[in-house]
Amino acid sequence: MIDVKELTWQGLWKNNPALVQLLGLCPLLAVTSSAINGLGLGLATLFVLMGSNITVSAVRHYVPNEIRIPIFVIVIAAFVTIIQLLMQAFTFELYLALGIFIPLIVTNCAIIGRAEAFAAKNELFPSAYDGFIMGAGFALVLVLLGGIREILGSGTLFSGAELLLGAWAVDLKITIFVPDNPFLLAILPPGAFIGMGLLIALKNILDPRLEAKFAPKPEKIVERARVTAES
Amino acid sequence: MQFSLSSSPHNRVRRDTASVMRAVCYACIPGIMAQVWFFGWGVMIQLMLAIATALITEAGIMKLRRRNAKRILSDYSAVLTALLLAVSIPPLAPWWLIVIGTFFSIAIVKQLYGGLGFNMFNPAMGGYVMLLISFPLAMSMWLPVQSMALYPYNLTDALSVIFTGFSVSGYDITQLRLGIDGVTQATPLDAVRSSLLLGETYSEALQAPIFTSESGLSHGWAWVALAYLVGGLFLLWRKFISWHMPISMLAGVILTSGFLNMIMPDASGGVLFHLFSGAVLFGAFFIVTDPVSGSTTPKGRIIFGALIGFWTVIIRTFGGYPDAVAFAVLLMNIAVPLIDYYTQPRTYGARS
Repeated sequence: MIDVKELTWQGLWKNNPALVQLLGLCPLLAVTSSAINGLGLGLATLFVLMGSNITVSAVRHYVPNEIRIPIFVIVIAAFVTIIQLLMQAFTFELYLALGIFIPLIVTNCAIIGRAEAFAAKNELFPSAYDGFIMGAGFALVLVLLGGIREILGSGTLFSGAELLLGAWAVDLKITIFVPDNPFLLAILPPGAFIGMGLLIALKNILDPRLEAKFAPKPEKIVERARVTAES
Repeated sequence: MQFSLSSSPHNRVRRDTASVMRAVCYACIPGIMAQVWFFGWGVMIQLMLAIATALITEAGIMKLRRRNAKRILSDYSAVLTALLLAVSIPPLAPWWLIVIGTFFSIAIVKQLYGGLGFNMFNPAMGGYVMLLISFPLAMSMWLPVQSMALYPYNLTDALSVIFTGFSVSGYDITQLRLGIDGVTQATPLDAVRSSLLLGETYSEALQAPIFTSESGLSHGWAWVALAYLVGGLFLLWRKFISWHMPISMLAGVILTSGFLNMIMPDASGGVLFHLFSGAVLFGAFFIVTDPVSGSTTPKGRIIFGALIGFWTVIIRTFGGYPDAVAFAVLLMNIAVPLIDYYTQPRTYGARS
């Protein structure tokens, strides 16, 4: 009954929380100054989204309809607190770099949106998978936008990976070029807006092409051959 | 005898976009000549680079949008944008600066909104502000007036500095910026700004060698501003632009700077200083008069221009950047829909 393929397609592309639903733009635009910052916040959001989807789906029969939103928010806040404490314990420098945007995951509309639109109406496992794949779609856009801005702004990719992944990850840093004059616009907030707009535009270009490629081919129409001439 | 009846306007000037754009380009010529005279050949090279980039970008995007590139290119609006941007940046800025700036102006600020007629923001100023916040250092490398420079440069030097960073005799941009006294010469706005930040008074700031006298006029820069004024008056005389926006902007600058100078004479520049430094006269006739991104109603144009003048002086005096015409123009571009909404003229015969 769980349609994995459909959910995956919805979460990663067709209904991507960042590119299509445009939810959670505040953290999306604020922290994506580098790919690793984006990855950190993307993973945090993914875990919160999965946790809240599972919990909301599990308690959905016991929650009175009138007060479901505050209850969802409390569930989400609990998971955000867990993530925040975990990040503070294990990735302290990344925790400092992301700052206020970790607690602000509570206000990320993508999470309450999925709780309301999907988890509150579906079984446990589809909800968990939906949370995972929606979170992955969100994280992918964060990493992509962060990567673009990092390359344009400082000429590196995955700098600071050791903050998230441990000391071995220092080697992940790729220096593409060393700019004499860094392109500050890419790192400043306007660069996030422009980059985001370009990403959405790119998706809109790709959409019709993908549709043309994957659309079910029309059944072959057989026309009855005419064997007798009337003239 | 039959009279043909048609609705107003009855007396029209038959001008197409291209001829208006061309006229504005021609009107820039005195200003450009003054800039070349005082600051050297760099301006011309920036101009060529900007125009080439603008045309290539515009043609590329027309191709992407499957429009007739030739028809759009021949309306000269891209050339004008390139020209306005090229004269706004330091004459010996590295070549990629003007290329990035012009590309941004044309591709992002103008064409992404739908091309000429649909852009919310003034393309040249959008590109300029992008350069200013992205490359603040390169954008502040203004040169001294060439007659006062320690190392004046010629055409081959200019080419060499713009493309390689060093002149033929091996001077880099910081050396070329030295005045005849061996001190880096700032623009008038920079000079006043930095000495006010050091705690000096405005009249002390006017002792800098770049100023001719206590009046606040500066060597070279005032002449460039005056040359743009001449070009602007030509546009006004030939009715290519209406008087509303330039006059109200200048009035805004004069009133605001006059008032500020009256209440705090030591901490803010005088009227003449504000009028003849930086981009005020250039902006009043060539930037704010952009028919696309500016206000369209007569009353709205006056409000639009006056507020640009007001914000220019306010940002110059209290803000973080020495010149502010570009910021003021962009700020007011955002306000245009609101201004237009509240200043719609009454139709003749209709009750308000």
